[in-house]
Order: sequence, then structure tokens, then C-alpha cells
Amino acid sequence: MSQELEYLSHRVAKGKLSRRDFLGRAAALGVTAAVANSLLATAVLAAGPVKGGTLKAGLQGGESTNVLDPALDLSQVNFNFSKCWGELLVDTNPDGSIDYHIAEKIDSNKDATVWTMKIRKDVEFHTGKTVTAQDVIATLERHADKKSKSAALGILQGISTMKADGDSVVVTLKDANADFPYLMADYHLVIQPNGGKDNPNAGISAGPYKVAVNEPGVRYGGEKFKNYWRGDKLGHANQVEIIVINDATARTAALQSGQVNMINRVEPKIVDLVKRISGVTIQNTSGRGFYPFNMFCDTPPFDNNDLRMALKLAMDRKQMLQTVLRGYGSIGNDFPINDAYPLFPEGIPQREFDADQAKHYYKKSGHSGSILLRTSDVAFPGAVDAAQLYQQSCAKCGITIEVKREPGDGYWSEVWNKKPFSLSYWGGRPTQDQMYSTAYISSADWNDTRWKRPEFDKMVIQARGELDKEKRKKMYRDMAMMMRDQGGLIVPFFNQYIDATGKGVEGFIKNPAQEMGNGYALAECWIAA
Amino acid sequence: MKSPLAKLVAQRVGLSVILLFAVSILIFAGTQILPGDVAQSILGQAATPEAVANLRASLGLNQPAYLRYLEWLGGLLTGHLGNALSNGLPIGPELWQRLKNTLFLAFWAAAISVPLSTILGLIAVRHKNGFIDKMISATTLLTISLPDFFIGYLLIYFVAVKLGWFTSVSTVFDGMPFLQRMNAIVLPATALTLVVLAQMMRMTRAAILNVMQSAYVETAELKGLSRFNIIWRHAFPNAVAPIINVVMLNLAYLVVGVVVIEVIFVYPGMGQYLVDHVAKRDVPVVQDCGLIFAAVYIGLNMLADIFAILSNPRLRHPK
Repeated sequence: MSQELEYLSHRVAKGKLSRRDFLGRAAALGVTAAVANSLLATAVLAAGPVKGGTLKAGLQGGESTNVLDPALDLSQVNFNFSKCWGELLVDTNPDGSIDYHIAEKIDSNKDATVWTMKIRKDVEFHTGKTVTAQDVIATLERHADKKSKSAALGILQGISTMKADGDSVVVTLKDANADFPYLMADYHLVIQPNGGKDNPNAGISAGPYKVAVNEPGVRYGGEKFKNYWRGDKLGHANQVEIIVINDATARTAALQSGQVNMINRVEPKIVDLVKRISGVTIQNTSGRGFYPFNMFCDTPPFDNNDLRMALKLAMDRKQMLQTVLRGYGSIGNDFPINDAYPLFPEGIPQREFDADQAKHYYKKSGHSGSILLRTSDVAFPGAVDAAQLYQQSCAKCGITIEVKREPGDGYWSEVWNKKPFSLSYWGGRPTQDQMYSTAYISSADWNDTRWKRPEFDKMVIQARGELDKEKRKKMYRDMAMMMRDQGGLIVPFFNQYIDATGKGVEGFIKNPAQEMGNGYALAECWIAA
Repeated sequence: MKSPLAKLVAQRVGLSVILLFAVSILIFAGTQILPGDVAQSILGQAATPEAVANLRASLGLNQPAYLRYLEWLGGLLTGHLGNALSNGLPIGPELWQRLKNTLFLAFWAAAISVPLSTILGLIAVRHKNGFIDKMISATTLLTISLPDFFIGYLLIYFVAVKLGWFTSVSTVFDGMPFLQRMNAIVLPATALTLVVLAQMMRMTRAAILNVMQSAYVETAELKGLSRFNIIWRHAFPNAVAPIINVVMLNLAYLVVGVVVIEVIFVYPGMGQYLVDHVAKRDVPVVQDCGLIFAAVYIGLNMLADIFAILSNPRLRHPK
């Protein structure tokens, strides 16, 4: 039986049998659809990608104000398009390990302060020029320049000097950092000729596609780059196209009617409906992003750890996950890290909703009166509902929450990181160190819980320089426990990236780093016959 | 005869220019009191105080408001729309591209809806209070009562997804073959037509019915002219002024009021362009777009006035 099925599945992969017929025969042989589908997927992968054609994505997150300069990429469309035309030094694999691109290998000295990146020899820019160590240095210099407005400025501040050494770039850091290779995986650090200093918007790099169409806020197009350094491994379609579709309904309709092959940002509310459309596959990926309730640890009444603990215990995470995210996510544990991070500290007890304990801590805190919680639609999809749900679960614990709905305009400038108790989102970072350094050390600009503990800062710096993975993991466990029990962060859940692919689209590789397979979906996918 | 008419027209044009000037001040003032800060909005959640300060300085936001207004106005008068704050690119070419697209869609929507509504109005008058009249009224009132986004979604669901006749993604671009371009705008143009049809149709019907009460129509009837001939030759020319008025208002809507339709059908017009830049607090672009919208509105109203004066000799000799 299985031999026959296998034979049939290979015929489908070669385009000699339709999927529908295959599933019909599989059913006749008494095989469930799920098994038959997975068999098919294996066969299609084994048959290898189909070359040629045009692959189209309909994406949310593009504005007519966008430019091609990778330093300024903030929204999804630019991010996805830059993965088509741009090339990075390294990127992260789905399992969290480093995938070496322009950098062939990265080594450090013993105390993780001097890093040497060997630059691959045969990588060519779209202009035909070979990528050199000078281009790499120029790129890093441009992004590290305070005037550049680069979103990667922060992560490059730890660099003290850079110099070329033959075909290597030697970087000396101010302080030890075992995560240096991950810093280089930042998607803004697209290597450009002479670092893009001549024209940052030229759209020239060494990715699998050359920029052919650039109409900000409307559409983007890429033409296959013949001399791409990885050859056939990536860039199966001859052309890729991104159409900016910011309206969720229009995006779904475009996928359903086959005008695009893939879309991003399917709303949790409608996932179950989209799933039923024939030929459409939901690609949901657990990422590192989360939706926090932030309390300022240094502002009354939240400077009282008993009150913070009461508010944490009053959060009904399971209900929140089911209602707001329809289950497309995972429960948080009041520290900003989940198992999508390398070196995740396992075995930390999960915090549960506990009305009695919450009452106990609330009473102990001595606080009375209502507590003002600020929310807005822009904090995350469903943030207003989440605040109201929380209000109800708090009421069960005798805590009165007053929900204030703030306008979306100005939420990030006037409310988030300004008011003592509000909802927000974090996109997650490639490593635990980066997440903690960005938002949970005393000197961080984005310390949106005002978590200022010199002993915690010390732990962060110590862990950053530790090359021994086991020791490091233990340090991360101590940090997580400290945040969980004393921090100002309530994490009800980590979200998922919910993308969808249309009929016949194969090769989608889920990656916790970002949506759309870390932006590589257009280059990695193909349309099976 | 000729000079008072020219004077009237000149008066209208003059008034329009003054009005536009006043609008420019209002737009500028309005954009100044928006909450938030351009630099902050551009950088979003990812803003560090340092980056915000850098950006503010490089955008020239530290100058006083009246200086920035004069600079903007001077630029406009000399044909320089300035650079967008958010991406540093010149506004002119991009805006012109978007305006062309908007006018293209508005033109075809108008080319369908104006004759269609007038003819439907005439037919409704011809069959006054009959079944056909009631049908026409009921249908057009139904389409105007539905919100435009709902009509858009209905069209997408039935025509694009279920029947697969036309595309729901109306992205147009330079160098797109004409027929393909027409195919792309079928659904948005239809949606717009459905939205504006009713008002023009009802106005045509009402204006002509009003004229039909007058003595000379009765005379024409007594002369034995056919009913349609009476409507077309005698009633319509006298009813044309209010019809033109409402047509112009709807044309203005087709240009300035289509943001929602553009978003739903992914049409790269001015509305979407404006919304993007409002979200980024890109003040120069918002101001330029606002002024263009105002100019279109004022211009069409001015045309309506002028046509009304031309079509009605009584208006040419005000007391």
C-alpha cells in the first residue's frame, strides 16, 4: 500500500497526477488526508524546486514613504523585499544557529572581545563587482554613524575599531560579547558596495534578485540575479513581486482569487475561515515577539513588588490566549524570553492564574482604589479586548482596573514608555542578551518597565561575555527568575507570525526570527505543478 | 453682453483664488496642531531620543512656524513642492503620478456614472411614479445607502473571488497596457459609480419634474410633441443648472473622497498617498495633498457656478 502511495506521490511531484486525484486515491487506500498530505509534501520536496515563473506576495506594512535604504527599513514590506535583493553577513537558521552568508566564518579570541569575520571570495554584487572586506567595513561604518539614522545603530555601538586583514574583517569590541555573530544577522545590515555611502537607496547588494520595480507603497519587483553566489539554492522563480495590500480583507481576497501566492499577517480572528479556503495553507510560526503589560517599577503604585505580584497572578493567560489570539501563540511567564531563543532556560515553573494568591498579595501591598491601564488598537491587534479581559480577571481577585483607550496617533510617543501601566509589543531579538540589553538594563532607552537593578545589569554583562554555553544558560535562568518574580513585566502570551500560502506553493520554511520564513519566502518557495 | 459675463467669471475665479489662499493657511495651521512629532512618528517605537533629535534637526523642525509657512507657500508659487520629510525624495513627481492615477479612475467612473444617472433620471421622469421609476429609485437608493467599503467587499467577494471575472487588486503602473489597466479599474470604478449614482439621478429627476410643472411645457404638450421630446428639448435645458451643480459635487467626491475605495482595491491614488503621509506626520506632503484636494473642490464648484451662469441668462444680470 505505502509503495503505491509513494509512487503516486512522486507522480504528483512531477506534475503527472493532480493533488485532488492523489488525495482521492489515498482515501481509497484507507489513508487519512493528513498522512497523505505529509507524504505528498515529502515527495514534492524530494522532487526539488520548480524553476521559473513569477511568485507574488501580497503584504501588509508598506507605505509610500518608504525608501530602499536598508538602514531605514522598519515595516514588513521593506524587510521582505530586502531579503530578496540584499545579502547579509550571516543570518539565523530556524533552529537558532548561525547561517553563514557573506561571512564564511566568524571566530573570536578567548574573551570574546576581538572577532574575525572571513569574507567569502566568490560573492558578486548585482553590478558585477566582487564583495570585499572594504565593502563590509564601509557598510558597518555607515550604520554605526550617528547621523545615519540607522535602526542598527544601537547594536553597533559596542564596536570600538574595525580593520581589514586580507580577506577578513577584524572587529574589536569595547566589551566582551559572545553574541557578536547574532548582531551581524540584523536585517538592516545589508552589505552594499562601498557600504551604500554613495547612494544608500540604490538597491544594489548580492541577494538572489535584482531590484526591477520600486514603487513605494504600491509594488516591488525583483529579477533573478544570474550570478547569485548560492546559485540554485535560492531564488527559484524568475521574477518575484510584492504588492502592498494593507487591508486585511483585500489581502485575503487576493490570495483566494489567486492574484498573489502568499500573504502575511492573517488576523487570528479569521484564521479558521482562511484555513477552509481550498488550496490555502496557513503558515503559522512561533516567534520571539510578545505582547506585554508594562508596569514602571519606580513609579507608585507599581514600585511595590507585592502589588506587581498581585497583578501578575491576576492574569488569566490561558483565557487570554484563547480569546485574543484564538490559540495562535503560547503562554508567557513574565520574562521576555521563550523557547524560540537559543539557550532558553527550561524548567521554570509556569505562573498560573491564582485568585487567592492575587488577593493575598494585593492585601499585603496595602493598595486601594482603581488602577489605570492604558491600551490602544495600535499596541497589538486585540489589545483593547485584552485590556478588558484583564479587567474582568482582576475583578475576580478584588482588584479594580480602569481601562483607558488611547488614540493610536501618538501612542508610541505619548503613552508607551511614558505612562506607568500600558500595553505594548516587542518583536523579539535574535538572542536573549539582545532582548535584555535593549529593554531591561538600567541605561536602556527603551526600558519600558523602569527595571533598574545594578545587580541585574551586572548579570547581563557577565552572561554576554561568557563563551561556555552551559554556564551561560544557568546565568540566563537566574536572570529569568529574577525578572519573573520581581520585574515590572506581565507577559500573557507570545504571538505567532501567521502567514498563508496559496495553491501549489511549496518550500515555505518557518523561521522563528521573523514572519514569512524570516523574509525568505519569496526566494525559497516555488509553485508545484 | 460679453463684458458683464467676463466680469462675472473673473469674479468667480478671483474669489476661488482668495478662498484657496485661506484654505492654505487653515491646512498649515491644522497640520501644526496635530499631536505627536514628525521625527517620533517616522522612527515609531524604535526611536531613541538621540535619533529623534538628529532627525528633528535635519528636517528643519526647529524653525518657527510662520517661516516654514512662507517657505512652503513661496515654493508652491514657484512650482517647487519641496521634499517629503519621511524619505527625503522630491514630492512633485510622486504626487503627479498619484494624481494622474486618481484622475484616471475618477474620469472613467464619471464617464459611466454621469450619463448613466442622467439617462436614468430622464427615464424615471418619463415613467413618473410607475414601476420603472420606483425600481430605479429603489436600486440607486439602496446602493447609496450601503457604505462604500461594503460595496467594495461585495464586489470583491462575488465578482473577483466567486466568479473570477475581474481582479480585486487594482494596482496600476506606468507602462501597463491600456486594456489591462481598464480591466484593473473595473471594480473600483463600478463601486464608485454605485456610490454616486443615486444623488445625480434623483437630482435630475427632481429638477426636470419641477420644470415639467411650468406653463411652456404644458404648451408643448398641447402642441402634440412626444413626451420624451418635451423632456429632452424643453425641460432638460432649463433644469440643467441644478444638475450640473450636483454633478460637480459628485465629481469632486470622485477625486477627493475615494480613500476607502483606494485602500480596499489597492489602487495607488492620492488618497492612499495622503493617508500614508498623515500617519508619518509628513507635513509638507499632507499640506500639498490637502491643497490639491481643496483646489479640485473649489475649481469644480467654480465651474459649476460658471456653467450655471452660462446656462441661465437670468443669472447674468444680477440686480
